[in-house]
Amino acid sequence: MEEKTVVLGVIGSDVHAVGNRILEEAFSEAGFEVVNIGVLAPQQEFINAAIETDADAILVSSLYGHGEMDCKGFREKCIEAGLEDIVLYVGGNLVVGKQEWESTKQKFLDMGFDRVYPPGTLPKEPIADLKKDLGIEG
Amino acid sequence: MQLALLLDIGSTYTKGVVIDLEDLELKAKAKALTTVQDDVSIGIKKVLEQLESYGVDFDLFEYRLACSSAAGGLKMVAIGLVPELTAEAAKRAALGAGAKVSNVYTYELTAQEMERIVEEAPDVILLAGGTDGGNKEVILKNAEALAASALQIPIVVAGNKVVANEVKGILVSADKEVYLTENVMPKLEELNIEPARKAIRQVFLEQIIYAKGLAKAEEYIDRVIMPTPSAVMKAAELIAEGSNGESGLGELMVIDIGGATTDIHSVATGEPTKGGVELRGLAEPYVKRTVEGDLGMRYSLPSLVESIGQKKLLATLAAGISEEDLMTYLEQLSQNVEHIPENPIEAELDTGIAKVATKLAVQRHVGRIERVYGPFGESFVQYGKDLTGLKLIIGTGGVLVHNQQPEEILKEALFREKQPQILAPREAEFILDQQYILSAIGLLAEVEPFKAIKLAKKYLKRLGGKRK
Ligand code: B12
Repeated sequence: MEEKTVVLGVIGSDVHAVGNRILEEAFSEAGFEVVNIGVLAPQQEFINAAIETDADAILVSSLYGHGEMDCKGFREKCIEAGLEDIVLYVGGNLVVGKQEWESTKQKFLDMGFDRVYPPGTLPKEPIADLKKDLGIEG
Repeated sequence: MQLALLLDIGSTYTKGVVIDLEDLELKAKAKALTTVQDDVSIGIKKVLEQLESYGVDFDLFEYRLACSSAAGGLKMVAIGLVPELTAEAAKRAALGAGAKVSNVYTYELTAQEMERIVEEAPDVILLAGGTDGGNKEVILKNAEALAASALQIPIVVAGNKVVANEVKGILVSADKEVYLTENVMPKLEELNIEPARKAIRQVFLEQIIYAKGLAKAEEYIDRVIMPTPSAVMKAAELIAEGSNGESGLGELMVIDIGGATTDIHSVATGEPTKGGVELRGLAEPYVKRTVEGDLGMRYSLPSLVESIGQKKLLATLAAGISEEDLMTYLEQLSQNVEHIPENPIEAELDTGIAKVATKLAVQRHVGRIERVYGPFGESFVQYGKDLTGLKLIIGTGGVLVHNQQPEEILKEALFREKQPQILAPREAEFILDQQYILSAIGLLAEVEPFKAIKLAKKYLKRLGGKRK
């Protein structure tokens, strides 16, 4: 397959680095070109990275409970930057405490994310999803 | 006895330095007007005549080298994709090659931007865009725009390797001269400016010195080998690093206050000095040059005053200097950019302006640290170089060399408790290039680095101990 590029990062003022590294490993292993912008990443840096590297997808992590605030307007910014077709996933511990999952998920879908993952998601699932969404046989 | 003749062909003056390569002595110095419009060799000839009258024996010249900033220097336009990424990387590569970057363009060039580039009339264009394997469309489109333009200048291509040949093909088929080199940013935020710098240097040697009539100098010397800012950079690197067993002085900063710009060079890694700091942004070059086109002492004085504001500038000057004094002086300088202070008030004004230029130029050069307030406390993010631990600052340029209190000006480069986010040196030793030979040292470093570092150590003047 032609190598597909994904941009990874942990958004906002969030420093949780472990899951980010595991995702990097797993996606590289699965044959993706991974561009990891690490923790404490502002929205604009995800977008800049995606433009320069011609990325096919952006995977946003948020662990510290403030995902909703940090992710607001992300899709709109992508559209402004000419990335209207880019695949956007988000996952981690998206909201504070234990809120009902379905409504959390809906919130992020409404914000324009293509897929939203609950806490503790293992990499296998989003890898399979991304292959499907990008039309890669596997 | 063996001698080296080292010339700096500037936009107004041509300066010559003669070094005794055995005793490592500064044997003679001379200076004459460049008059580049007519012929650079006229200024050189005058310098040589002066040197001859001082008793310099031309048969003893082992090397006759020159650097030049004449005829507008090496004027470049940098083109990249995202402003903070490949466009910034391209700009740094051009500055690192000693160029004067007249403008940086990002994303797809518009028709208006293309027109502006033609009007700016750069000597060379550096075209970048996309990481290797990354975005291809924009650099291809920009190559097409350049191909369709009237520009007849060399284009250095340093973008996404996947389309490098295609980009070259587009330009070559429109009869543009292309120098193809490695990507300035092969991976996200990874800087790779050395190949582009080398390519620009090659363009300078193969084309620019002819295009600017500098080749005429070859009647008297071996070669113009680099733009003057490159020579200063080379000297900075040599003095920091040392050569062939002769130790260097360690990480340092050079402050070069000129008539048109203030240049800052740092030779330092700029790693965070505090724990728990997250580095963000494009990687920093170990040898970094920044140029502030709005902070010169003469040509760019109006923009300098504008940058600070007149009231603020007055407030920084000694008591007894009135707004009228300032205005009169500014007026005088705009009539005669070669003006040298003639009385205590003018000297005081010059010092005051130089202080401001130093402060702002260093603040823009060094990195900054930002406190990111999360909902549960704070974390730190660093952009650029942390130079708080840097211990040595070298000053050069006419204002500093001729000033009564150069250390007062250089002190402005230091860290301020009031602006802790700006990562300037906390305390440093100040050194003055009192003989004004830094570019000559850089030239000599190309052929005799060991002797050049010895010479630097001998002639750079320490202005005293550490101070805050
Ligand atoms: C270690 C840790 C820390 C360390 C982080 C060290 C570091 N540099 O990484 C430190 C001590 C610094 C820390 C600080 C804080 N933490 Co903490 N931390 C944890 C802890 C214990 C483990 C996180 C971890 O590494 N997990 C292991 C990795 C592999 O899992 P993961 O991160 O979840 O990632 C996986 C999946 O979620 C998924 N995934 C993640 N992102 C994405 C994105 C996409 C698109 C997809 C598909 C999948 C995906 O894939 C990953 C691999 O399988 C968790 C609790 C827990 N058990 O999860 C709390 C936890 C995340 N922290 C929490 C909190 C509140 C904080 C603090 C605010 C505490 C405070 N009051 O100061 C600060 C925030 C600091 C900041 N600015 O970010 C809360 C968050 C609560 C919430 N969201 O409602 C948690 C859940 C603890 C809790 N139960 O309260 N923390």
